[in-house]
Amino acid sequence: MPISLDSLLGPMPEALNLRARRNELLASNIANADTPNYKARDIDFRAVMRNAGDEQLRLASTQSGHISTSADTYAGIPLKYRVPAQPSMDGNTVDMQQEQAEFSSNSVMYQTTLEFLGRKFSGIKSTLRGE
Amino acid sequence: MSLFKVFDIAGSAMSAQNTRLNTTASNLANAETVSSTEEGAYRARQPVFAAMMKGLYGTGPESVGVQVRGVVESDAPVQMRYAPDNPMANEDGYVYQSNVNMVDEMVNMISASRSYQNNVEVINTSKQLLLATLRMGE
Repeated sequence: MPISLDSLLGPMPEALNLRARRNELLASNIANADTPNYKARDIDFRAVMRNAGDEQLRLASTQSGHISTSADTYAGIPLKYRVPAQPSMDGNTVDMQQEQAEFSSNSVMYQTTLEFLGRKFSGIKSTLRGE
Repeated sequence: MSLFKVFDIAGSAMSAQNTRLNTTASNLANAETVSSTEEGAYRARQPVFAAMMKGLYGTGPESVGVQVRGVVESDAPVQMRYAPDNPMANEDGYVYQSNVNMVDEMVNMISASRSYQNNVEVINTSKQLLLATLRMGE
């Protein structure tokens, strides 16, 4: 019985990756809370997960100076800008409360995905041991 | 691994906020200093924050840290005060006082320390996530 790890784990590695990426993005928003003209950004998680697995056509970059064609996208989904509830005078659109809430919920979701992945692995291990 | 970049990003923000705290401390410390010339008077300093250059972390432009572009001096007018007793007074009996606004500086200080705390929290959370990831499958 051939076992493909990929099919066993399903979309979870991709989800974990995406959560990590989103964490980075939210950290960036929080870091730039006092930077004039900074625009808060986020990933549309649902849209990216829907596209997960589809191969994206990209230009090959052969030198370090090449600008990536997927620069403003994640897995083919363009990054979104937040619409500020209360725009500030300096053009910054970071709403700290919102970003912190998103950051903590995203962190919990990361841990959840991690937990599921870990259980998958222990399941596979106990199957292999046949105990 | 994206979680490692969070350390760079939040770290850059912490260092930027630290610069802001430093300039605020300098401003508060010099709020009462006087000079005998207008040019010699202390002027409030403020750091200028900017988002880092695009793609600095090699992952595309979406996640960026903070950099301090420089420190600019306030061009608010310095106050001239009549104080003939002051040893720093000029021949007309005037001293030039710094243009530090105490209220502004206190607000800046609180804002900077809150932002600093936020970034420390981000680093803490990311560290926990990273350690949990290392333990995956155990």
